Amino acid sequence: MSANTAVAEKYRNNFLKEIEEQVEMGDWVKMCMQCGVCSGSCPTNFQSAWEHPPQELFMMIRAGKREEVLTSSSMWNCTSCYNCIVRCPRKLPITHIMHGIAEYAHRLGMAPKMQPTRFFSGLFWKNCTHTGRVNELKLSMGLYFKDGFVQGIKNGMAMQSVALGLVKAKRLNVMELFGGHKCKDQKGVHAMLKKAYEIERSRKTAKMAG
Amino acid sequence: MAKHEYAFYPGCSSQKGASASNYLTSVESMCKTLDVKLTEIPDWNCCGASIGYAEAGELPRHVLNARNFALSEQHLPGQEIVATCAACWLGARETRERLTHSDTLMADTREALKEAGLTINEMPNVRHMVEVLIEDLGFEEMAKHVVRPLEGVKIAGYVGCQTNRPFGVAGESFENPVYLDKMVEMVGAESIPEYEQKVTCCGGALAFSEPEKAQAQIKDIVESAYDHGADMIVTPCPLCQANVEIYQGQINKRYGTKFDIPVMYYSQLMVVAYGGSAKDAALNGQVIKARRLEEIAAKPVKR
Repeated sequence: MSANTAVAEKYRNNFLKEIEEQVEMGDWVKMCMQCGVCSGSCPTNFQSAWEHPPQELFMMIRAGKREEVLTSSSMWNCTSCYNCIVRCPRKLPITHIMHGIAEYAHRLGMAPKMQPTRFFSGLFWKNCTHTGRVNELKLSMGLYFKDGFVQGIKNGMAMQSVALGLVKAKRLNVMELFGGHKCKDQKGVHAMLKKAYEIERSRKTAKMAG
Repeated sequence: MAKHEYAFYPGCSSQKGASASNYLTSVESMCKTLDVKLTEIPDWNCCGASIGYAEAGELPRHVLNARNFALSEQHLPGQEIVATCAACWLGARETRERLTHSDTLMADTREALKEAGLTINEMPNVRHMVEVLIEDLGFEEMAKHVVRPLEGVKIAGYVGCQTNRPFGVAGESFENPVYLDKMVEMVGAESIPEYEQKVTCCGGALAFSEPEKAQAQIKDIVESAYDHGADMIVTPCPLCQANVEIYQGQINKRYGTKFDIPVMYYSQLMVVAYGGSAKDAALNGQVIKARRLEEIAAKPVKR
């Protein structure tokens, strides 16, 4: 190893390394060549513009802008449409990297607290893993009441015609509030997920130590 | 014995009283005509969907899908898994791909599954219902059963995202898939191959969390269907269907439009064309009623 390679190795950008080791598919970040096809293909970037579209986040990671990246609301704009993945000329799994950075920021408690999609994402996961199946009514109610009771009633009123349409079409069941669909082996579902979290956590910790 | 048998993964939205229950009803009628037997995977669980990502992590998400694989292997050995929902199909296929490519993930998944008393020995094939229709049955077989062609109905084929990307249907392009247009022609309706919003995102879960962003996208999808003279929109995805149908009233308020266009599943078109009743096709499950289809479904069948 030449002296130059040795210092480059020692002083490599640490935030990039952190992302590579701690974020799902994070080891792909360095492959980005800054062409911007992802940004041009992103529906929410096209409609309302992300503060930092994907290729910008990738460059910020390489530039060590840890705080700016992890507290950003940008990656929470992802709709999981997978357009960036299929169009990326270097085949970066961009959708998964966006989810991965978002998840990591959430795990560290750095993600913007009131970001609505961050809130909904957590709500969805808790909802579906609680009984093993999604309870659509509780999911919607949970979202409406995110900002307190009064705002919840207002949100509910605003959505009244949508909800009534669904109830009339038998595609929303008010009885879901008192139970609803579920797995028989909820205990098994909970136990296996608990184990999965334990394993994942120990693998990430080992990477940090190694 | 049925001509084709599969382990069926209906997914949360297909359940009774849930947002895509009309999809399931019409799929069941369609499969009866086509002699396709779907056996529900006992005690299946949610796939976690894409939107669960903030809490899901990597391993827990794959373990969730792997539980369904294990149950399918145990109760329906040798059968391929078929999903009707785009997100279920995508989530399960992604798990299949990741576990196949990583021995560590596979070993970790097996260890977690033990806690639920389950194991995986073989990776199942995971198929979307439209793949089964196109690849296992084929257009010729599907067309044979048409006894009541949907003549004079113009339908925009809205493929959306997750049945199209990143996996998609073999042989189709991500930018301009044509299978849905072919299905529209197959049931005797008029397709709109130049419908340029056919793979635009409906906003997915952002329709709940940030409705103004999703509704801007839905507006484009619906507007273009109108511009092309469509009578209705058809889709293979439960979230596309719901998002594009149920928010039209809100979009009208937001943008001053007058949208009121029915959004159907391919299976509903097929059931009506196969001579089924409005009930068989679950036309009563539409929030925006598909009057043209209701009229056709009330007509006697040409045999």
